[in-house]
Amino acid sequence: MDNGRPANGVAPKVASALKTFLYRIADDELIIAHRNSEWTGLGPILEEDIAFSSIAQDKLGHSLAIYSILHEVFGEEDPDTIAFTRSEKDFTCCHLVELPIGDYAFSLVRHLLFDLAEQLRFEMLENSLFEPLAKVARKVKGEIKYHLFHAVTWVTQLGAKGNEESKARTQTALNEAFPLALGIFEPGDHDDILKGEGIFEGEETLKERWLTALTSIVEEADLTLPDVQSVEPAYGGRKGYHTEHLQPLLDEMAEVFRIDPGAEW
Amino acid sequence: MIIKSLDPRVTRLEIPAEDQSFEPLAPMDQHETYEVFHQEKRGGQPVHVGSLHAPNTELALVMAKEQYGRRSRTVAIWVVPTSEIMTISVEDADIFETTPEKDYREAKGYRVGTKLKAWKKQQEGATNG
Repeated sequence: MDNGRPANGVAPKVASALKTFLYRIADDELIIAHRNSEWTGLGPILEEDIAFSSIAQDKLGHSLAIYSILHEVFGEEDPDTIAFTRSEKDFTCCHLVELPIGDYAFSLVRHLLFDLAEQLRFEMLENSLFEPLAKVARKVKGEIKYHLFHAVTWVTQLGAKGNEESKARTQTALNEAFPLALGIFEPGDHDDILKGEGIFEGEETLKERWLTALTSIVEEADLTLPDVQSVEPAYGGRKGYHTEHLQPLLDEMAEVFRIDPGAEW
Repeated sequence: MIIKSLDPRVTRLEIPAEDQSFEPLAPMDQHETYEVFHQEKRGGQPVHVGSLHAPNTELALVMAKEQYGRRSRTVAIWVVPTSEIMTISVEDADIFETTPEKDYREAKGYRVGTKLKAWKKQQEGATNG
């Protein structure tokens, strides 16, 4: 090529920023998928067990879609290898998704905080100039709409429509999960490059939108959002520094794969 | 001693092995039931596909979507509290029985075919002539 660009048409500097960005998104999706799937068979009631498990499977699909872009456009390993063979320090997921499932209130509140950010992020990406990602964003829109419908309905049920205990437990979960959720938006060097290329408007913009939307959802649920100025965001995950919960999760997730990595499924 | 399971999630729950005093839930100690209707195409009939338990109507809808809408083509889901459905009780099912000697009430009771043929023939005669 005479413009010096590689076969995928993306300049090296942009490619590197995009890869960082894509790994963050896909790792978040994979780990939250695994965590949420831990409720399968243990959910509070049968109907909810099915719904939450189904949502977890959707998240797994989202991670597959993004890992596939990394594989097909950027020549990274195939999705299974990426998901099952990397060690903790190679993952760039945020701490929010790593935490154990806790009680159901924690899992539901995490689901709300994560999925709201996910929805707004993909909404921003629908018109991204990086078409493979824009395509995924448009494709998963309906699924995420349902995920958020599920999350908001439950949190409102436990808050505004619940009893004293359900409300207190949901509030406790919110207090615990909120600083972790702020880690979703951990800044990085890739941010400005992607912004300049019209690929993504940036984590800061996303965070502002998320806070606005979250404030009204939390109010509607008769809960109190912790003050964003007074909490310490859980950063580090995006740079490969994780909580002690990630490596055991990875071991468990990859246990069967590692018995025979070449097996045909 | 805690219960050790092949499923690591169960082991993590740290359920004491000696404490087996699980009490089954009292009968009817569960959420209300809702009936679910599924529509496959716009303008098509919503078809009753089953029921589910839920704490309220909103959550019934949330769960019905995954329960009944995730496998096949779906454009709409309806949920109705079972208690809101009026029906005739099983003991009174004889209300649907009817005596058979009422041909005049049935479409088959009228021999329209011969009359129709005769009328068509007459019409043909009129145009030909």
